[in-house]
Amino acid sequence: MRAFVESVGIVAPGLADWDVAGPILAGLAPYQPSALSLPPVELLPSAERRRTGFPVKLALSVGHQALVRAQRPLDGIATIFTASSGDGDVIDEICRTLASSDKQVSPTRFHNSVHNAPSGYWGIATGSMFPSTSLCGYDWSFSIGLLEAAVQLNTECEEVLLIAYDAPYPGPLGKRRGVSVTFGTALLMTRQRTANSIADLDITLLGAAPDQSIMDDPGLENLRQTNPAARALPLLRAFVTKQPQSIFLESGPRQTLLVKVA
Amino acid sequence: MQPLFLTHAAVATSAGIGMDASHSALVEMRSGLAPCAFENAALDCYAGQIPDHLLTPVPDNLAEFDCRNNRLAQLGLRQNGFEQAVRVAKEKYGAHRVGVFMGTSTSGILETENAYRRRSPDGELPKDFHYATTHNTYSLAWFVQSYFGLNGPVSAISTACSSSAKTFGNAARMIAAGVCDAAVVGGVDSLCLTTLYGFSSLGLLSTSACRPFDEARDGISIGEGAAMVLLEKQAAPGSDEPVALLGVGESSDAYHMSSPHPEGLGARTAMERALRSAGLESSDIDYVNLHGTGTRANDAAEDKAVCAVLGEGVPCSSTKGWTGHTLGACGSIEAVFCALAITKGLMPGSVNTREVDPTMKLNYLRENRQAPVRVAMSNAFGFGGTNCSLVLGRPR
Repeated sequence: MRAFVESVGIVAPGLADWDVAGPILAGLAPYQPSALSLPPVELLPSAERRRTGFPVKLALSVGHQALVRAQRPLDGIATIFTASSGDGDVIDEICRTLASSDKQVSPTRFHNSVHNAPSGYWGIATGSMFPSTSLCGYDWSFSIGLLEAAVQLNTECEEVLLIAYDAPYPGPLGKRRGVSVTFGTALLMTRQRTANSIADLDITLLGAAPDQSIMDDPGLENLRQTNPAARALPLLRAFVTKQPQSIFLESGPRQTLLVKVA
Repeated sequence: MQPLFLTHAAVATSAGIGMDASHSALVEMRSGLAPCAFENAALDCYAGQIPDHLLTPVPDNLAEFDCRNNRLAQLGLRQNGFEQAVRVAKEKYGAHRVGVFMGTSTSGILETENAYRRRSPDGELPKDFHYATTHNTYSLAWFVQSYFGLNGPVSAISTACSSSAKTFGNAARMIAAGVCDAAVVGGVDSLCLTTLYGFSSLGLLSTSACRPFDEARDGISIGEGAAMVLLEKQAAPGSDEPVALLGVGESSDAYHMSSPHPEGLGARTAMERALRSAGLESSDIDYVNLHGTGTRANDAAEDKAVCAVLGEGVPCSSTKGWTGHTLGACGSIEAVFCALAITKGLMPGSVNTREVDPTMKLNYLRENRQAPVRVAMSNAFGFGGTNCSLVLGRPR
């Protein structure tokens, strides 16, 4: 399946946006994982902003970056959110409460515990009534979202915004789930090539493949391995190296996504 | 869209395990709801619980997946020859050409709730706790693909109470794009303290068995359940009047996290898109299975939305009085109930509902009605303002 990428949003330690990330991924600047700076989500009304957790802010932030970069209206595009986990802080808090003698869960925490909370807040923030889905594919969440994006572009959408994000789980669960850093990325994808397309993708679902694409830089490879959304990194690198190449992304326990980038 | 046939379907809820038991429960107006006796929940509410003895362990080679939610998935897929039908489809199309799209809201979070109760003084969770294959939202889809040995496209869709309605859309797109030839779609959600105490905190749990569209309705009853559907481009050989998925419509409210748009604006858009996707007019819809949760706000907003799109005459009902609100599973369960409505010529009424709210304008059925149903619509709306409507029926 053919698909085009027009712009990228990214937030991770040392990768504040696509202007910063591009030269680093191209190998033109060193990768230095600094503390994460997440700009305040101006999109949301202040009452809602107070209620949202970190993963929501992360997802909204990268989605906003991608659309602003492409000078697109925020309310005019279908969205695909994909993450391996929901809001870890909320899940931890709820499970602690339920394990205590007083099981009174906070109502705000409860509605923030749904996997589609970022999608819901995206709607409230942008006013978009376009279809939106929220997927989960454990460690394979990014490529599962990418496949869905390609399928939507080849069936019912002219353009779609793919938002992949994951944030670390705290507490007892954090010790059992190997997500130790924050990573979010958003791809504005189109069916047709546009004047601003930065990559031309040909996407095929394969069975299990022996090799998957990795990063040469140890810091970036560590990032890739410690956050499911960061499995996108080899593909993002292909957008800046400007050489036709094949990227292999694990897409399930027995599936691989082959992405030919031109 | 190109119609996709529901060549096989299976369902398990507190109202009935399997298609025949579900049909009997509908005909006999027998609700599966009872005072909540789940684990140590101390809440004055009703629940649609499936007896523990029916939730048997998953096969030994999949032991890491063992949890209430996957046991319920297994119970569902073992009904009505569904398991055999998927194995035949795997043989026919190839393991890599059959997709799996599963909807769930809380997956196996009950395992984590229990693990937190058993955590050591220094905060370690027990060694026999498997987060990835139980609690993680992907666990259900991972379990189903592993159970059948499938390796086509697989994803978990988790959009609260519209989750498993949306799986039909995922499958339809994947098949239309040529990524697979057939798909196992559906949803499973099981009882857990997170949803019981969570809905209680929002003041949305009824103290009685839920009464959708009743004048005195006061909230939802949570239920657990599973539904599985095999979607294929061709009807099953020998089926004389097959039921197909004709249209899917999705939208977002862009309004509030846990309240529907008061005018049902997002719901309206989803229904309109579903009609357009099916290439049908509003007058083609013979029966609507409403989302109808039994909360004051949801039912009132849905009433406005349905009347705006389909008019006030079309017979409508909610089947949540039978099953309770099965959250991420309700979209697929109610799609299967629509298939039953079509094949049996049965428009379900509304068990538990005594006096239909006189402010409602739509044609709400309190009693069952035997009448031909050629095309039915099923609505599923969820937290975060996510809406999905399905159109099912006999293809022209």
